[in-house]
Amino acid sequence: MENLGSISLLVGFCLSLYAVAASAAGGWKRNAFLVESSRRAVYAVWVLVTAASAALVGALLADDFRFAYVASNSNRSLAAAYKFAAWWGGQEGSLLFWNWVLASYAALVVRLRRTHDALTPWVTATLMATQGFFLLLNAFVASPFRMLAVGRGITEVPDGTGLNPLLQHWAMIIHPPVLYLGYVGFTVPFAFAVASLAARQPGHEWIHLTRRWTIVTWLFQGGGILLGAAWAYAVLGWGGYWGWDPVENASLLPWLTATAFLHSVMMQERRGMMKIWNVVLISCTFLLSILGTFLTRSGVVSSVHAFGKSPLGSYFVVFLGLALAVTIYLILSRLEYLKPEARLQSVVSRESSFLLNGLILLLVCFAILWGTLYPLISEVFSGEKMTVGPPYFNRVNIPAGLFLLLLTGIGPLVAWRRASPDSLRRNFLWPLAAALVLAAGLFAAGVRHPYALVSFGLCLFVTWTIGSEFYRGARAIQARTRQNLPAAAVELARRNTRRHGGYIVHLGVVLMFVGFTGSAFNQEATVELKPAAQARLGHYELRLASVRPVENENYAGQTALVEVSQNGRPLGSLRPERRLYKSGGQTTSNVAIRRGLTEDLYLNFAGLSEDNQRAVLQAYVFPLVSWIWIGSVVLVLGGCICLVPSAKPGHSRTGSGGAESPHPEGTRAEARPTRH
Amino acid sequence: MKVYWRFAALTVVIVGTLAWLAAGGFNETKTYYKTIAELDQMGASAIGKRLRVAGDVEAGSIARAGGGVRFVLRQEQRTLRVVYRGTAPLPDTFRDGAQAIADGRMGSDGVFQATKIQAKCASKYEAEPGRPPGAPVRRAGL
Repeated sequence: MENLGSISLLVGFCLSLYAVAASAAGGWKRNAFLVESSRRAVYAVWVLVTAASAALVGALLADDFRFAYVASNSNRSLAAAYKFAAWWGGQEGSLLFWNWVLASYAALVVRLRRTHDALTPWVTATLMATQGFFLLLNAFVASPFRMLAVGRGITEVPDGTGLNPLLQHWAMIIHPPVLYLGYVGFTVPFAFAVASLAARQPGHEWIHLTRRWTIVTWLFQGGGILLGAAWAYAVLGWGGYWGWDPVENASLLPWLTATAFLHSVMMQERRGMMKIWNVVLISCTFLLSILGTFLTRSGVVSSVHAFGKSPLGSYFVVFLGLALAVTIYLILSRLEYLKPEARLQSVVSRESSFLLNGLILLLVCFAILWGTLYPLISEVFSGEKMTVGPPYFNRVNIPAGLFLLLLTGIGPLVAWRRASPDSLRRNFLWPLAAALVLAAGLFAAGVRHPYALVSFGLCLFVTWTIGSEFYRGARAIQARTRQNLPAAAVELARRNTRRHGGYIVHLGVVLMFVGFTGSAFNQEATVELKPAAQARLGHYELRLASVRPVENENYAGQTALVEVSQNGRPLGSLRPERRLYKSGGQTTSNVAIRRGLTEDLYLNFAGLSEDNQRAVLQAYVFPLVSWIWIGSVVLVLGGCICLVPSAKPGHSRTGSGGAESPHPEGTRAEARPTRH
Repeated sequence: MKVYWRFAALTVVIVGTLAWLAAGGFNETKTYYKTIAELDQMGASAIGKRLRVAGDVEAGSIARAGGGVRFVLRQEQRTLRVVYRGTAPLPDTFRDGAQAIADGRMGSDGVFQATKIQAKCASKYEAEPGRPPGAPVRRAGL
């Protein structure tokens, strides 16, 4: 098995290099034979990487502890699902998983593009160059098939050291693969952009071809980040979902640039503008996803999530440098194909709102990158290693996020080219008035937090504009078809899924902002309670009923039974637990959360006091936090709606947005047959 | 061209505002990485600065007292007394022998006042049998 795995990786590496050479030569000389040959090499790489993965997963499931990887990432008593998940639980295995995802994407791309055109060979070459790099790492630097017994006198390893108990959670099974599907997926639109430049194709065919692909990848990346946040909230015991940790930041960066890309491609499709910008954005997205992998794996930036230090770092630096150089060369040498076809006509226009959106996303991205890499930057330039904390990130990102939220409300309703004062009044007067009334009402009710007032006001503003778009469009359909209003709204969404799916994504973002804003009103208290004693937090009374020991074969620990009531009315009980895992001896706390739409009550059992008489409980009230998870679901749903082909694309002119914007982003785009 | 000038002005305002916010946040949270040896050398000049110190938690040194947690960090034979009074619970990985990172300020009494503790239990499995020297130690995944 181990030989099969190692050899597969080695041959796969050679074949991916061959595929790069053959497809590049084939594209250059227009040699269909070479191109076809590289296509088959892509399939072969997929087969080989799949075989290697099967060998590793087989070893994990069979408890074959001769494998160093299996011994340090699994143990006998682990549930089968976690044994399988150990495939991506450690450095070497997760690189293999990365390779497998990329090989699968590449095989899918090749399978979907059977026509011989100028683009395909360069797409293949870019994908396989990336694949070659990761297979190089997997085959020569971090092989998952290193054996323990060879030459070391070990004949039997009775049991592995297991998976970190914190990671034994359902979200941890799916969070890494979902995130990887995002990270790796950005390679595909990047490959099409590179191909478009390499083949000197003017226009935006590459954007049409990769539109759905980019949305799917963006959804995976966003979903992966949110799953990680949900896991942190439910497991880590401090009640946070985001800590501006380097590895968290690394996953956010490509998602931000991809968000900017998804918006600004509409400018290129509709108006032929921002061509360079779009190529730059997708290249940044790809490079940042590689950088994120590098930060996670090399140990250069200390993080709670990172794998240990490893020699992978220098390889990543070389690859990033090469990719950056090739991209810059391609863009500079193809500038004549990237000339804009139109000019900006007014600051108050759709174009301008897209430009601002892109600008802010990129600035935010840069600020986060700077803060994340600051320990490295400061060491190189001043010799002193320094770091910055969450307040830095919050100070930049909260106002920037609120400005983006404002654009979410304004952008989709402002006309292309130039918006008239009359259309602005028609579209924004009522939403703005409603937002101001809400903010004033909240202020009168005692809310003094400035960002919270702005945020809630903006949330209402955006919801109102989205709602009025749906309402107006649905009414127009209703006038013709005599359906009821909800059915007309569904019909409206079906006629231009991209636009209305986008609105639903925006609505999801608004709901998430409601949740984020709730954190301005968090309450917390650390209390030491004897059994039967009481404490108060907010409008909750907490009574410690008992502390009981628990024990099973996996762990031993104590459960605190806490009865919760509100103004004397009992609300049930919560059972936070403290566990000591027998294998590895790690203690973990299992928090208890009473979730609600208005607020969560969150209890962490920190342990017993010095004299063993009292239980130390950390109690938190997190207002509105559930809306983050609800918003996430809405966001993913909206993204899925964007993927559905629009019905009757010629009929989507339902009059939304008035005469100035006869119809929104790109039915032109959807009308063309595309393969992706 | 007027449009471009206006847009450029808007861009400058946005970039400027964000840069100003960033600079403020930066100076407010800028923290120096120091080894325990460097801290000893700095002497009184270390007092009051925001610092980050890493080391191994000395076995048996963790004590919970008066709402705070006291422990000793060790790095290459040098030790540092630390007290943590933060509100966030200590990470589950924080225990005897763990690699810990403490963020905080140096107190005038020579005790490091930590406001944030991060910990990794890198040495967790090293004493176990059957594990060859140099085998990779993996901790938390992505």
